[in-house]
Amino acid sequence: MSGIPSNERRRPDRAALVIAPVLFAIAALIWWDAGRLAEMSNYSRIGPATVPHVVAIGLALLAVWTGFEAWRGDFPEREPIEVKPVVFIVAGLAGQMLLLKTAGFSIATGALFALTAFGFGRRKLWISLPIGIAFSFVVYIIFGRFLQLSLPAGPLEHLFF
Amino acid sequence: MGTFEFLLQGVTIAAQPMNLLYALIGVTLGTAVGVLPGIGPALTVALLLPVTYKLDPAGSLIMFAGIYYGGMYGGSTTSILLNTPGESASVVTALEGNKMARAGRGGPALATAAIGSFVAGLIATLCLAFIAPFVVKFALSFGPREYFALMVLAFVTVSAAFGDSTLRGLTALFIGLGLAVIGIDQQTGQARLSFGIPDLLDGIEVTTLAVAMFAIGETLYVASQGDRIPDKVEAVKGSVWMSAQDWARSWKPWLRGTFIGFPIGAMPAGGADIASFLSYSTEKQFSSHKDEFGKGAIEGVAGPEAANNASAAGTLVPLLSLGLPTTATAAIMLAGFQQYGLQPGPLLFATNPQLVWGLIASLLIANFMLLVLNLPLIGLWVKLLTIPKPWLYAGILLFATLGTIGANPSVFELGMLLAFGLLGFAMRIFGYPIAPVVVGLILGPMAEQQLRRALAISQGDVSALFLSPIAAVLFVLAILAVVVPLILRARGKGEVLSQFAANED
Repeated sequence: MSGIPSNERRRPDRAALVIAPVLFAIAALIWWDAGRLAEMSNYSRIGPATVPHVVAIGLALLAVWTGFEAWRGDFPEREPIEVKPVVFIVAGLAGQMLLLKTAGFSIATGALFALTAFGFGRRKLWISLPIGIAFSFVVYIIFGRFLQLSLPAGPLEHLFF
Repeated sequence: MGTFEFLLQGVTIAAQPMNLLYALIGVTLGTAVGVLPGIGPALTVALLLPVTYKLDPAGSLIMFAGIYYGGMYGGSTTSILLNTPGESASVVTALEGNKMARAGRGGPALATAAIGSFVAGLIATLCLAFIAPFVVKFALSFGPREYFALMVLAFVTVSAAFGDSTLRGLTALFIGLGLAVIGIDQQTGQARLSFGIPDLLDGIEVTTLAVAMFAIGETLYVASQGDRIPDKVEAVKGSVWMSAQDWARSWKPWLRGTFIGFPIGAMPAGGADIASFLSYSTEKQFSSHKDEFGKGAIEGVAGPEAANNASAAGTLVPLLSLGLPTTATAAIMLAGFQQYGLQPGPLLFATNPQLVWGLIASLLIANFMLLVLNLPLIGLWVKLLTIPKPWLYAGILLFATLGTIGANPSVFELGMLLAFGLLGFAMRIFGYPIAPVVVGLILGPMAEQQLRRALAISQGDVSALFLSPIAAVLFVLAILAVVVPLILRARGKGEVLSQFAANED
């Protein structure tokens, strides 16, 4: 995902060149999985494997085309990417995912909220974390209590309900 | 019963107090979320889907109708007051609208957008009510191969015909089709691409994918861009009312925009962006104030806004009468129908007319509500625009994950949300469109079902697919939709097409 700025046109775009094998690998995966199916239902020509085969062939062709365009440097120029904020936000999402069951909705989502704000430059976690937890708790009351979505409860939610 | 009786019946359903309340909540939420910068109509609808989870189907669809129209309206407010080039469906509105706002004429710009949206919404919704039954009658003669051909055409127009690259559009589509294969095969019950993971047997949720790609992917992208693009909210100075001259210059563009927008939305030809761009260039041609274009011409706000909304209503023609989503927003609305086991299409008109006509009537009511609500509440919407970026995106992610947790509170589902978010981010960096992935995911299984039915009827003979005249015409159109843009781009005329990039609406 590192953006390599290509100043001259018609120069291989190395980052984009990676896409081609990835697409090809996905195509191979779909083909392999469909092959497993075809064995189970080989008495008719049209079965569950037909469409996966078509999709796999399509992706393989697109992989070749992608490789060709990337080699010629036909992909649009990319803005340079700042990786740090992305890492913080992904950490927030991963954190919420792992905390959800044990810490409950409000605390887990509060962590996501604070880390996202951190990624966007609000570095004062001692302010943003309580705000995030309080806000998530209000959302929990509205959606979990009034609209009856099943949001996981944790220590904070059990304290009140 | 004729259309009028059905529509009247629909109005009596939509006018029940509870349903009016649902519509009101829908338009308010839709506008509030749609106003937020970076949130287009597709994401508005996807984010607000959980609000409707526990309602009955009729109430939920009525609220949905409000959210849809509200989201469309909210987007235009954003692009007038905040010059956000990222917002796709109302980019054109920003061209002139933001200039007007800078010149202190933000009020009339918002007013002409609001009234134009109302006029277009009214006419286009009535057109929808009168045209949909005809399409339904026509569609009853469709067999599996005609449906399959129609879906192929929709695939192609969503992915390859517009935008700046046939390759990237088609790649996005095939990624969606690949994701659509995951899960239990509808006809034989075999598990495909699930690798023994039970969570994958039900397939990928359309809402999870859409929220992940539009909300998380977009958030990551904005974060990765740092503070390069300073956002400046234009204050609304002076009166919000339009002068007599503003009215005189606006009413024709409203009507022209409506009649450009509705057919484009109603054909499986992509989204509101195309309609608003066409309307913009038309107004530029017709205007007697050509010199004002680029500096804040009111026609350039009135026309595209009307076209935008008319096209949004037009999109509902194929969605309701054929069950065919032609934009990402329509794809998510289809997912909303499916959560109640409802499949839009000719049959729904026959089996559940109250629901369909109640929905159409509530679109009319939502449209009135938006007109009454929005101009007085403009101060509130402006406040929403001034939320600082960190809090805004933190809130967007909160609500994005809320929908997934509410539908299925599992670590695996959140993991998929994160994975698709990263995929959306990567696609965004390399200039891939997102809408084809979403449309491919929801339309893929439907197209497969029709294809297999058609081939079962013809006993595996593929050539039979092309032997029906309707199907043959649709296939030819689909091929043209791939080939013509390729030639145009090769001859260096691609700029026109990339302007029409239907990214999100």
